[in-house]
Amino acid sequence: MMSQMMGWIDARFPLTKVWKEHLAEYYAPKNFNFWYYFGSLALLVLVMQIVTGIFLTMNYKPDARFAFASVEYIMRDVDYGWLIRYMHSTGASMFFVVVYLHMMRGLLYGSYRQPRELVWIIGMAIYLCLMAEAFFGYLLPWGQMSYWGAQVIVSLVDAISPTVALWVRGDYVIADATLNRFFAFHVIALPLVLVILVFLHIVALHQVGSNNPDGIEIKAKKDPETHIPLDGIPFHPYYTVKDIVGVVVFLMIYFGIIFFAPEMGGYFLEENNFIPADPMQTPPHIAPVWYFTPFYAILRAIPQKQLGIAAMGLAVVIFFLLPWLDKGLVKSIRYRGTLYKVALGAFVVSFLILGYMGTLEPTLWYVNPVSRICALVYFGFFLLMPVYTKLDKTKPVPDRVTS
Amino acid sequence: MKRILVRRWICSLLMVGSLVSPLYSLAEEGVKLDHAPVDTSNLPSLQRGAQHFMNYCMTCHSAHLARFDLLEQIGLSKKQVEGNLILTNAKIADYMTVVLTPKDAKSWFGVPPPDLTVEARVRGADWIYTYLRSFYRDDQRPNGWNNRVFPNVAMPHVLWQLQGQQVLQHPGEAESLVLMQKGQMSAQEYDQYVGDLVNFLVFMSEPTRGERLHLGIWVLGFLVLLFFAARALKHEFWKDIH
Amino acid sequence: MDKLQTDHGRRRFLIGTTSVIGGVGVAALATPFVLSMFPSARAKAAGAPVEVDISKVEPGMMITQEWRGQPVWIVNRTPAMMAQLAKNAHFLSDPGSDKSEQPEACKNVPRAMKSHENVLVVVGICTHLGCSPTEKLKAGNEGGMGADWPGGFLCPCHGSKYDMSGRVFKSMPAPLNLKVPPYVYLTDTRLMVGTDKKGT
Repeated sequence: MMSQMMGWIDARFPLTKVWKEHLAEYYAPKNFNFWYYFGSLALLVLVMQIVTGIFLTMNYKPDARFAFASVEYIMRDVDYGWLIRYMHSTGASMFFVVVYLHMMRGLLYGSYRQPRELVWIIGMAIYLCLMAEAFFGYLLPWGQMSYWGAQVIVSLVDAISPTVALWVRGDYVIADATLNRFFAFHVIALPLVLVILVFLHIVALHQVGSNNPDGIEIKAKKDPETHIPLDGIPFHPYYTVKDIVGVVVFLMIYFGIIFFAPEMGGYFLEENNFIPADPMQTPPHIAPVWYFTPFYAILRAIPQKQLGIAAMGLAVVIFFLLPWLDKGLVKSIRYRGTLYKVALGAFVVSFLILGYMGTLEPTLWYVNPVSRICALVYFGFFLLMPVYTKLDKTKPVPDRVTS
Repeated sequence: MKRILVRRWICSLLMVGSLVSPLYSLAEEGVKLDHAPVDTSNLPSLQRGAQHFMNYCMTCHSAHLARFDLLEQIGLSKKQVEGNLILTNAKIADYMTVVLTPKDAKSWFGVPPPDLTVEARVRGADWIYTYLRSFYRDDQRPNGWNNRVFPNVAMPHVLWQLQGQQVLQHPGEAESLVLMQKGQMSAQEYDQYVGDLVNFLVFMSEPTRGERLHLGIWVLGFLVLLFFAARALKHEFWKDIH
Repeated sequence: MDKLQTDHGRRRFLIGTTSVIGGVGVAALATPFVLSMFPSARAKAAGAPVEVDISKVEPGMMITQEWRGQPVWIVNRTPAMMAQLAKNAHFLSDPGSDKSEQPEACKNVPRAMKSHENVLVVVGICTHLGCSPTEKLKAGNEGGMGADWPGGFLCPCHGSKYDMSGRVFKSMPAPLNLKVPPYVYLTDTRLMVGTDKKGT
């Protein structure tokens, strides 16, 4: 009965074929470690954001007069509205946590290198899209931070072209028209693009196969009879059962935050965003949400407005070039020399410090000098990469993966 | 009757007293905040706090994102709420608005008194707790009051009859507040009074807080169970991999 | 991959255990989402019982009161209207209101409380597809209902006809009589719609 039905479907839709190609007979390297959980987790968070988002949309009102109150209505009057809202607000931050760790994995093991350049580029497009999605979504609660955050970012556009900024806002300041169009972008336009990009990301990955902590191509060593990579194991069931463990651990952290610290000390939900937007009064200290602060710190560190904007843009876009900046002989950090290890370490530290600096008030004397030094390290990591990766003394790479 | 007199007195004081001052000028850095005794599961405290809120705060401040039926969640009946706590002719299903229009408020105080529904999430419980206990006499101010936590605040010391009058001694590094004239309450009673009020503000800013903490324990407990099952399953399958 | 050493029993047990626990988790996670779509606390507060003053409703008159966003009709029936009710029984699909919804005290021919039999209180929503019927209180052809019309209500959407007790006539699209909401008399001229208890 069951097989008859599958036969009927398979004659019309490649269900079994897709199942085999992407799960049951998709051979992944057997030596995935901790860093390899974050891809599936990112997918999980995407789904949760979409589901919670749909339910929030049922009660949210994208109108400057009602937006703030409608969020509080969700928090107070809708049954379990508070849970759905906290899941969405926490999910936004957790999305970036997971994506940053996922990107870090790429840097550690050279996952962006040939032949995975397109996997990396599509991934970076997802990251850009996610930043836009988060930015548009952050306006919707229509609190003071929402309002002034959007005002500041759109003013960056103003520095390039006032006409474009006017066009983006649809008014002379952030106003009802802006809220309405940001809502449209946030709930339909960008999620649609995100889902398509994620689909392409996986298609591209499965075309070339997954990288691994040794940076070895497992397809180079296949069983002569079955043509299955010797170091490959079927994604299902081995990595599905492993990822489920990762998902449960992630959910513990995620729900731990939701239930016991939904504001996360003001980093996930900012205090000032509980004040309704007031176009006449800027809060004394405004900073973007934590996941944007490294780039914000770079913007502030540069005293000239247009240059600052250019540097901030470059800080994001430069990631796209990574596959061609890296001239190293090996992919994985395990077989790289000291130069790359130092460079990557310096980069991570500078990124974290920049992130912290971006949350501080710019009047503190050390914020700008420290930000400038870190920005230099940040760009140095990329721009000097062709040099230090070439000079780096790499170790020999083994034939087969190590466990 | 007495309550109405007090209210009228407060309103006239506020009208005469306050002039322009920036609304969101931050607390001076370095003022140490006292720890507020917040326990949103303590219903008697919440009920007292609600009473204080209705008697004093709601003469000027609204809580317009909450309805009076919120008070049914802290163990009060509809009869008690409509009979004792609502001081206007509002009904239990109405939002906690004030008669004071923003326009009037602006002309009287310079700034409209902020809505207090979620104020505890903006300022934090400790800040409000310390703020309401840090007013002192200052003849330089148009309304005769100043505050250590919120310097030059537009709001006068509404609770001064309860607390008494404090003055600031040795302004500067070693400044401290000293009670000059006793109020109706002892320092301890006043702290409890403000504590109850702050507790209610915290509850009002997130009425689902109790449910959130309660549900969280169950969810995490369940996830622990699922974790052990999932880990055992993973180990079983990964026995295949050498 | 040594298939010989695989303990299939244990494997099946663990798959089952994890699936059951995981399934419970998914169901538990879905619950708040489903519940969030029921009326919110605000909707419930707005749908609280409403008080109606009927002292000004003369015999033969009808007033409409909103309750939970629905029209509730209150009709003060004349003795002639009341007399007609018993005669309708033969033409009705549920004359005894056995299948229809009403408080137990209103399960009678006038579909009203014994103390105020002439006062009809019904939700003015057709039991067919939710339109609000039009009042055709006067008997006879005056409202274009034909000479033998005994007085009642006509639904404009699909033509269902109800008598002066809100009982539906035979062979109509509507299956049941109009719903009688819970209500209670606070005094002779004030009633509370939406509850059957005086206290709340």
